[in-house]
Amino acid sequence: MEKKCAIEMKGITKRFGQVTANDSIDLRINRGEIMALLGENGSGKTTLMNMLSGIYQPDEGEIYEDGSRIYIRSPREAYEYGIGMIHQHYKLIEVFTATQNIILGLNDGKMDIAAAEARVKEICSRYGFDIDPGKKVYDMSVSQKQTVEIVKVLYRGADILILDEPTAVLTPQETQKLFRVLRNMKEDGKAIVIITHKLHEVMDVSDTVTVLRKGKYIGTVNTADTDPQALTDMMVGHAVSLNIERPRYPDPQRKLIVEGLTVVDEEGIRRLDSVSFTANTGEILGVAGISGSGQKELLEAITGLYPVKEGSIRFIGSDGSETELVGKTPKKIRETGIGMAFVPEDRLGMGLVGSMGMTGNMLLRSWKNGKGALLRKKDPEALANRIWKDLDVVTPGVDYPVRRLSGGNVQKVLVGREISSEPAVLMTAYAVRGLDINTSYTIYSLLTEQKMKGVAVIYVGEDLDVLIELADRILVLCGGRVAGIVDGRTATKEEIGLLMTHFDSKESGE
Amino acid sequence: MTTLIALVVAAVTFGTVLMYGTLGEILTEKSGNLNLGVEGIMYMGGAFGLAGAFYYEKAAGAAVNGPLAVTIAILSAFAAGMAASAIYSFITVTLRANQNVTGLALSIFGTGIGQFVGEFMRVSEGGYVALSNGLKTFFASPVFPPFLVNIPVAGRIFFSHTVFFYLAVLLAVLMYLFLQKTRCGMYLTAVGESPATSDAAGISITAYKYLATTIGGGISAIGGMVYIMTTAGCVWNHEGLSGVGWLAVALVIFCMWRPLNAIWGSILFGAMMIMYLRVSIPFIPTEIYKILPYIVTVIVLVLTSMKNSRDKQPPASLGNNYFREER
Ligand SMILES: Nc1ncnc2c1ncn2[C@@H]1O[C@H](COP(=O)(O)OP(=O)(O)OP(=O)(O)O)[C@@H](O)[C@H]1O
Ligand SMILES: [Mg+2]
Repeated sequence: MEKKCAIEMKGITKRFGQVTANDSIDLRINRGEIMALLGENGSGKTTLMNMLSGIYQPDEGEIYEDGSRIYIRSPREAYEYGIGMIHQHYKLIEVFTATQNIILGLNDGKMDIAAAEARVKEICSRYGFDIDPGKKVYDMSVSQKQTVEIVKVLYRGADILILDEPTAVLTPQETQKLFRVLRNMKEDGKAIVIITHKLHEVMDVSDTVTVLRKGKYIGTVNTADTDPQALTDMMVGHAVSLNIERPRYPDPQRKLIVEGLTVVDEEGIRRLDSVSFTANTGEILGVAGISGSGQKELLEAITGLYPVKEGSIRFIGSDGSETELVGKTPKKIRETGIGMAFVPEDRLGMGLVGSMGMTGNMLLRSWKNGKGALLRKKDPEALANRIWKDLDVVTPGVDYPVRRLSGGNVQKVLVGREISSEPAVLMTAYAVRGLDINTSYTIYSLLTEQKMKGVAVIYVGEDLDVLIELADRILVLCGGRVAGIVDGRTATKEEIGLLMTHFDSKESGE
Repeated sequence: MTTLIALVVAAVTFGTVLMYGTLGEILTEKSGNLNLGVEGIMYMGGAFGLAGAFYYEKAAGAAVNGPLAVTIAILSAFAAGMAASAIYSFITVTLRANQNVTGLALSIFGTGIGQFVGEFMRVSEGGYVALSNGLKTFFASPVFPPFLVNIPVAGRIFFSHTVFFYLAVLLAVLMYLFLQKTRCGMYLTAVGESPATSDAAGISITAYKYLATTIGGGISAIGGMVYIMTTAGCVWNHEGLSGVGWLAVALVIFCMWRPLNAIWGSILFGAMMIMYLRVSIPFIPTEIYKILPYIVTVIVLVLTSMKNSRDKQPPASLGNNYFREER
């Protein structure tokens, strides 16, 4: 059966100064179908979709909707053509409620919040969403914010939906929920484009896959006829191996001893409850758990950013001396040699200055090491160049403002900088969020490289498949408590999954 | 007691000037435009407001009509303020130049124009520009009938003010309703919070920024006119007007961008500014009094940022220009 074509893009080219983000791309989007758009970081996926949502204007090329030529000059016009986009960085007004955000920009007579709320509720029940229409956005979790974004688009009657990396910040459970909704919408005859770097999601939810590489259109395949390896090869342009090596470090030593760690949040809820473990040199300690089980608090408590109520965190120096970290300032702890590559949800908000280039951002971390009043740019520049090369950052140069880089490339700069600071304990949380599959594997091998240098690596991750391939031991958190510590070489996904809900099943309720 | 009442009345008189300046700037800043040119705008409002009333009286002669003169003064000041902020909008919104620099330039430009118009009138009219005494009293006298004004204590405090004060309060209430209850008001807030979001939602950023800034500038300019026509006694007086615009900018922060706070905030600031005339404490130089409002503003800023309430923050994109394709 021939699918009905919703949007056809022909020969689309878009340039930003010296960067050609899209190079004469042809693309078809069909109704009643979920299309995955795949490509490495900086390959131009967001740019291409932004031309459908009216944010960018193509420099060359034509766009057709249902066979007739259209010109999308602004986001408003995009809505008129029934195109709605959920952006990589959410576009919501923080101080507004969900409903206010949803009706933003609409001109349907009198402003009637109550009626709007009723319609929001109706849309929610139809597709199985769950939001509180009167809640302010700044009080919402990431997944709730995303739900608001989706409802916003549906409320406007969009029948062509574009989702730019919607799952990057969702937990697997939330992702499954989202996919159910997307399938519902597909049954409804809507055309859906989803951008994601997670290949198992592509295999799971999409009907067809379109691949871009360095701004060029490579091809479209049916999901049923392909597999992750083939897609990766298409994306990268040559065969790559998707294997994680896990060598053994000859002589592991204890590096960090955590005992009875308990932290309490502002509301008095125990976020961590007598957590004990050790992290060893030459070992990657994976941390698994449903999101919000205390992962963030654990890392923050170790780095001194979260107040500790009880317990001790001891750091063993190379000469065997023990240092108590509880009660020390973050700066002091850093100086002991504990590094954290914490990758926040808001990539630009934490740790990077958008208007500076890579070199400048490297300097931010190292300026304290220099002596005298003058900046020394040599080392940071060398480091910037190294990250540029190692992680394949797509940028015209190390002095190009990082704000202009694609989402994933911004992340590479952040992660690259943290890993290169060569700490004794390296902690990362969600380090591969938003990174393409190839770069993710580069990060894994960089972490392994650090491990083999004798660094104690703590890796908080969501992807269990990766955890059981990468980590030597896996600590499973459940509701702030340690549900178990398993050997990464022998553990199964099922075993870890069970541990993740360990306490919930034993004790019903709170 | 009488000193206290006199203090309140004087505070309201000066506060009215500030209230216009502040309300206008609140509207402007709600769109994300930080217009630092209020000082210049208020100068222009003062000069053009006076000119409007003066030339109207000159043309009308004996047939001069009080309410009409007031209306003309308001409209001339408003138009002058709109023109000045239209320039600001063009430079920042359309040409996307730095808002601070543009605002400061406008401040210098506006004071210059105001001075020029004021002096030009004086010279071309043979050394002295003033309205007739009848019109002067009309501008400066209470709107309410004498029996209300003469009620002991309450009459002076509530009913003895000029029409400009009551108009300003009305404006503040209307602005509050506009921002809280209407769709346009909500969209304006959205534009000031996140232009990218509003743009993606289909709101015209340019239209909102231009309109809010020009209308806001017009309102601020009325403040300058009110000063010249009430406190300064309908003659051009640039000294008294100097610094008022800056005070209004500080007051916007003090009010937390809320029009209703501007009502009591400007009276409070008015009181602080005239205190040195009324209750002078020996050994304390008048300059100390005059920096009081700024000190209070800083304290308020510190307190609110300590409380970290998400609703009491400046518009999130304040001071930033918007360009759709920039990221
Ligand atoms: N507004 C802009 N100004 C300058 N350069 C831009 C702009 N938008 C995109 N680019 C450049 O265009 C290229 C493609 O970026 P785009 O965001 O489309 O990548 P992407 O495929 O979405 O990557 P990611 O997976 O990392 O999100 C990048 O090299 C980026 O630096
Ligand atoms: Mg992108």
